[in-house]
Amino acid sequence: MRVSGSALVLGDDINADLLYPARYMGITQPERQAAHALSGLGPEWPARLAGHAVLVAGENLGGGSAREEAVTALLGAGVRLVVARGFSRLFFRNCINNGLPALACAGLPALDSGTPVTADLAEGWIEAGGARLAVPALPPELLGIIQGGGLLARLRA
Amino acid sequence: MTTLSEQILSRAAGRPLRAGDMAEVTPDHCFVPDDTIALLMHHLERAGVTRLPHPERLGVFYDHFAPAETVEHATAHAEGRRFLKRHGVSRLFEVGEGISHQICVEQGLVRPGELAFNADSHTTTLGAIGCFGTGLGATETAYVWATGRIWLRVPTTIRVVLEGALAPGVAAKDICLALLRLVGPAGATYRALEFQGGAVAALSVAQRMTLCNMAVELGAKAALVPPDSAWPRVSPDAVYEREIVLDLSALEPMAALPGRVAPIADFGAPEIHQAFLGTCTNGRIEDLREAAAILAGRRLAPGVRMLVTPASRAVQSAALREGVLATLLEAGCVLTPPGCGACAGLHMGLLGDGERCVSSGSRNAPGRMGSRAADILLASPATVAASAVAGRLTDPRLLMESPA
Ligand code: SF4
Repeated sequence: MRVSGSALVLGDDINADLLYPARYMGITQPERQAAHALSGLGPEWPARLAGHAVLVAGENLGGGSAREEAVTALLGAGVRLVVARGFSRLFFRNCINNGLPALACAGLPALDSGTPVTADLAEGWIEAGGARLAVPALPPELLGIIQGGGLLARLRA
Repeated sequence: MTTLSEQILSRAAGRPLRAGDMAEVTPDHCFVPDDTIALLMHHLERAGVTRLPHPERLGVFYDHFAPAETVEHATAHAEGRRFLKRHGVSRLFEVGEGISHQICVEQGLVRPGELAFNADSHTTTLGAIGCFGTGLGATETAYVWATGRIWLRVPTTIRVVLEGALAPGVAAKDICLALLRLVGPAGATYRALEFQGGAVAALSVAQRMTLCNMAVELGAKAALVPPDSAWPRVSPDAVYEREIVLDLSALEPMAALPGRVAPIADFGAPEIHQAFLGTCTNGRIEDLREAAAILAGRRLAPGVRMLVTPASRAVQSAALREGVLATLLEAGCVLTPPGCGACAGLHMGLLGDGERCVSSGSRNAPGRMGSRAADILLASPATVAASAVAGRLTDPRLLMESPA
């Protein structure tokens, strides 16, 4: 499974409060959540995200709250891949279970926003800024959940 | 033999598990707070789920926006009530009953050795009584409500050895902040913490809850204090990934801003405008007593407001009976209904531009309690009270030494 797109680059320790402030919880449609995606970083960030199918971050992306809107708002905004040096446990689970590919890449180099990024989840590599980096491939169980369209798709099957 | 997490998760999976194993587990409980109830119902409906197989394992807490402050949230509460009735889920904790994690321990909803999920990250709090508690997102919560099961990876464990005794004026919160400084906000990601050592026996349930609560601020999946007299037990040959030894007698009152955790003296006594005493981290009767001991016979500094939000109705009742509430109110505090209160900036007690709050909570991201241009300093209940009296971030020991 291969995904590519233009990257929006964030720093380290971008937690769930910054990705999606609690006051917008209760909105159930990802397309409507998208208006608030990244808004904890400042009011200009939801617009900045537009046109970027890849979110790139540093260490510990998505720490703190369990709120999955931090993930689904990204999906609603058109993000199709998240790459970070490291993920919080809940953010990572919410990505997988909502069908958003998430790859951890400890040695990810510093990138500029707008850089094209391609990743292969099963083969375990990321291509960005002219270099190809090996990353741990997603375990088949988790890849299966993503390819099936998320955990809840199993209930409908 | 195995870690506490391995013992509990093996029972929940029905087969022996070791750290690193991926397994399907059957939790004893799966809860959801009100900030996720709308999304949970939406997911179940969209997935075509019409029957919940184990309503007795489920439970809902109206704590984050209770009483509701918007029509949208009031509607989520109302639809939630109807939904739970239809599905035979009897455990609904209403507006004013308190925060989920507090109620779970205080009312004995969860027991040592059990596995409990809750769509809230601070579910690690339940480890205070030896229950493996961890957070889930709304989608996976819906999956557990529909099937009774979920996938999980068994975490490796960091053994945290606590030695010595806390000095007067130093609290469990200061242990958490010292650990946060030592380990960092991601240092325990995907791991469990196990608290051991000579100091643990002397820690109250309230203190243990504070320790386990803030484990998630280090990224931990769960935190466990071995129960005093129940299974699971610490095994001498369990394998730990890492050991951290902390001498409690060397600790002093601490505070935290985003990315900065340090002893109070290092902050240079910044002025504060709001003090907040409450939350699942530090809103228990023990915390209110500590604040009252400092506020007794004193007044809040001019221009400072202090909000007191009991973590549960039982905490509020105890504070009323013991005269703690009278002390707090006479000092000038504002009492709010039990629940999450100002913690997540959802209703009541928001911060304005340029303001600074000292809070007994666990999170301080810019904008969490209102304005992005406001600072949230995390500290112990005693520090919150001392700072409210002085009008600046203040070491509580200064006010303890000099009688009011
Ligand atoms: S008190 Fe704060 S941290 Fe605890 S559950 Fe409520 S909002 Fe979350």
